[in-house]
Amino acid sequence: MADEKKHKATRSGKLLVPALAALMGFLVGALVILITGKNPLLMFNAMIQGVTGINVAKGSFNARYIGEFVLQAMPIILTGLSVGFAFRTGLFNIGAEGQLMLGSLGATAVALLVKAPPVVHIPLVLMGGMLAGGLWGAVPGLLKARFNVHEVVVTIMLNYVALHVNNWAILNVFGSADRVKTAVFPASAMLKDPWLQNLSGGSRLNWGFVPVILAIVAYWFIIEKTTFGYGLRAVGFNKDAAKYAGLKVNRNVMLSMLLAGAFAGLAGAIITSGTFGFGRALSAAEGYGFDGIAVALVGATQAPGILLAGLLFGMLKAAGPLMQSQGIPKEIGGIIQASIVLFVAMKYGIERIGLWLRAKKSGSQQSVADSAVGEEAGV
Amino acid sequence: MNLILEMFPIALMFGAPIVIAALGGLFSERSGIVNVALEGIMMIGAFAAASVTVLLEPSLPGFAPWIGIVAGMLAGLVFSSIHAFTSINLKADQVISGTALNILAGGLTVYLCQIFFRQQRTRAFSSGLRKITVPFLEDLPLVGKMFFREIYPTFYVALALVVLTWFVVFKTPFGLRLRSCGENPQAAASMGIRVHGMRYAGVLLSGLFAGLAGSTMVLTQDIQFTVTSIHGTGFIALASLVFGKWSPWGVLAAGMFFGFSQTLSLYAKDIPFLEKLPTEAFYVLPYVLTIVALILFAGKTVGPKAAGEIYDQGKR
Repeated sequence: MADEKKHKATRSGKLLVPALAALMGFLVGALVILITGKNPLLMFNAMIQGVTGINVAKGSFNARYIGEFVLQAMPIILTGLSVGFAFRTGLFNIGAEGQLMLGSLGATAVALLVKAPPVVHIPLVLMGGMLAGGLWGAVPGLLKARFNVHEVVVTIMLNYVALHVNNWAILNVFGSADRVKTAVFPASAMLKDPWLQNLSGGSRLNWGFVPVILAIVAYWFIIEKTTFGYGLRAVGFNKDAAKYAGLKVNRNVMLSMLLAGAFAGLAGAIITSGTFGFGRALSAAEGYGFDGIAVALVGATQAPGILLAGLLFGMLKAAGPLMQSQGIPKEIGGIIQASIVLFVAMKYGIERIGLWLRAKKSGSQQSVADSAVGEEAGV
Repeated sequence: MNLILEMFPIALMFGAPIVIAALGGLFSERSGIVNVALEGIMMIGAFAAASVTVLLEPSLPGFAPWIGIVAGMLAGLVFSSIHAFTSINLKADQVISGTALNILAGGLTVYLCQIFFRQQRTRAFSSGLRKITVPFLEDLPLVGKMFFREIYPTFYVALALVVLTWFVVFKTPFGLRLRSCGENPQAAASMGIRVHGMRYAGVLLSGLFAGLAGSTMVLTQDIQFTVTSIHGTGFIALASLVFGKWSPWGVLAAGMFFGFSQTLSLYAKDIPFLEKLPTEAFYVLPYVLTIVALILFAGKTVGPKAAGEIYDQGKR
C-alpha cells in the first residue's frame, strides 16, 4: 500500500516537476522585468505573437512569426534529443554544441563536393551532418568506455576544439571570399524553399521540420521499443547491474554517444542547408548545446516531452526580437531558461515540498516520513 | 630571444586570470562540489567590475578599477551562492546547476547592460588597471625584463594566491577538513566536521576567486564588458585544474602554460618554425592537452574522490 503510493508520487512528479519549474521560471522572468521597471505583460504579448502571429494588443496577424517560431524550435529539439539520448544511458553530453558544429561542417562538405539530383543530394547532406556529428560524439564515448575518462570535461573541451576545427576547415579547405562563409550551396543541396518561405509570409521556414519529426519518432522508437534501447536504459539505471546481466556496457556507452552526436549533427546540417545555405566560420558558440540541455531536462528525456520543451524554448527565442522592439531586452529569454533549468535541477527540493504539502493536506504525518525516506533512498 | 622576452608580459596577463579562476575551482572541487560555472561567475565578476569602474571613474580616477575589482569579487560570491544552495542544500546535480549558472550569466549580464547602459555592452572605461614596474628588480638581467618591467600587477596577485591557497589547503586544519569533505564526506562527518559548512566555504571561495579573475581579465584585456569578454577562459581554468592535478602549483604551471599558448598564437607569424601552423592550432592546444592528460591520468587516483557526488548522510 505504501509502495503503491510512493510509485504514484514519483510518476506524477515526473510531469509535475518540469511543469512547475517552467511556471516558476516565467515567474522569475516576469519579476526581473518588473524590478527593472518594465511591463511583464509586454513579454507575454510578445510570446503569444511569436507563436500564433497574432498581435493581441493591435489585433493584427502575420504568418511570418509562425514560420520563425518553427525555425527556432527545430535545432533545439534536435540538440535536446542529443542530450536526452545520452542522459538515458547515464551520460551527460555537454558536447552537443561541438557535435552540431561538426555536423554543419559535414553537411557543408557534402553540399559543396558532391553533385547529385535533389532527391539524393539532400538526404546525403543530412547524413553527412549526422555522420560527422556522430563521430565527434563518439570520441568522448570511446574515452569513457576505454579509459573511464569523465565525459563532462571531455565534451566541454571538445566544444572549443570543434569551433576552431570548423573555422579552420571553412576558411582553408572550402575557401571563403569574405573570411566568414563559403560559397552558396547548389540548389540541389538546399532545404530552403521559396514556396515555404512565401507560404509563411517571408520567414526563413524550410523543410528541416521533416527530418526533425523523423528524428523524434526514431528517438522514441529506439529508446522505448527496441532491445538496444532497453540495454541503453539499463546501463543508465545501473551500470554494474547491467554488466552483471551480460550487457556490453562499454559498447552501449560508445553507441549512445555516437547516436547522441548524430542527433546534434543533424541539427547542424539543418541550420546550414536550411537556414543559411552556406557553411559559416563562427566567432563563438551559438548556444544550441546549452539550449539542448534545457530542452532535455524540461522534457524529462521523453520524446514527447522534448518536443514540447523544444517548442517552449523556441517560443522564447522567437519572441526575443519582438520583446526587444518593445523595450524589454531579449536576453530575458536566457534568464528564464536558466531559471527553469535551475528549478528542474532542484527537483529533489521541489518534490520534498510537494510531498510536505500533500501530507499536510491529508494530515497524516506518518506518510511524510515514509515517503521522504523512500525518496532519499531513491536518490 | 628578444621575442620571447617580449611575449612574457602578455603571457602573464593572459595567464593570471586563468590561474586565479582555477584556484577558485580548486577550493570548490576539493570540498566535493564540481564547479563548471567558473565561466559564468567570471562573466558576472567582469560585468560588475566594468560597470563599477565606468560609474566611479569620473569621481575617483585611479581608484575606480580597484573598487571595481572588489565589486566583481562580491558579485562572484553572491552568484556562486546559488550554486552552493542548489547543489548542497537541494542536492541538485552539480553539473546541471553549474550549466544553468553559465546560461544565466550570459543572459543576466547582457540584460543588465541594456537596463543600465542602453546597449548590448557596458560603456567603455577610460582606463583599466595600470601596468607597473618594480624598481631595482627591473634592472636584473633577463628576469627583470620578463617579470618586473611593464607588468600588470594581476600576475603578482595570482602568484600570491597560489602560495596562499597551497598554505590554506595543505597546511591548515581548515584545509584538511575541506579536503576530507571532498574525499569521503561520510567519514568527515563522523569526525564531527560540518560537511555542508565546509562545502559552502569551498563554493563561495570559488565564487570570490572566479569573480576576481573575471574582474582582472576585463580590466587588463578589454575596454568594456561584452558578452564575449570572457570567451571560454573559465573553461580553460577548468582545464588547468584538471591538467594541474588539483594542486595549486600544478594549476600555476598549467594556467601559465595555457597563457603562453594563447600568446604564441599572436606571435606565431614572426617565429620561423611556427608560422606554417594555422592559428587555430594554438587555440585548441589547451583543450587537446587536457584531454590527453585525462587519458594519461586514467585509472590513477587524481582529484577529489567524492567531487560531483551528491552527499547522502546515510551512505556508508
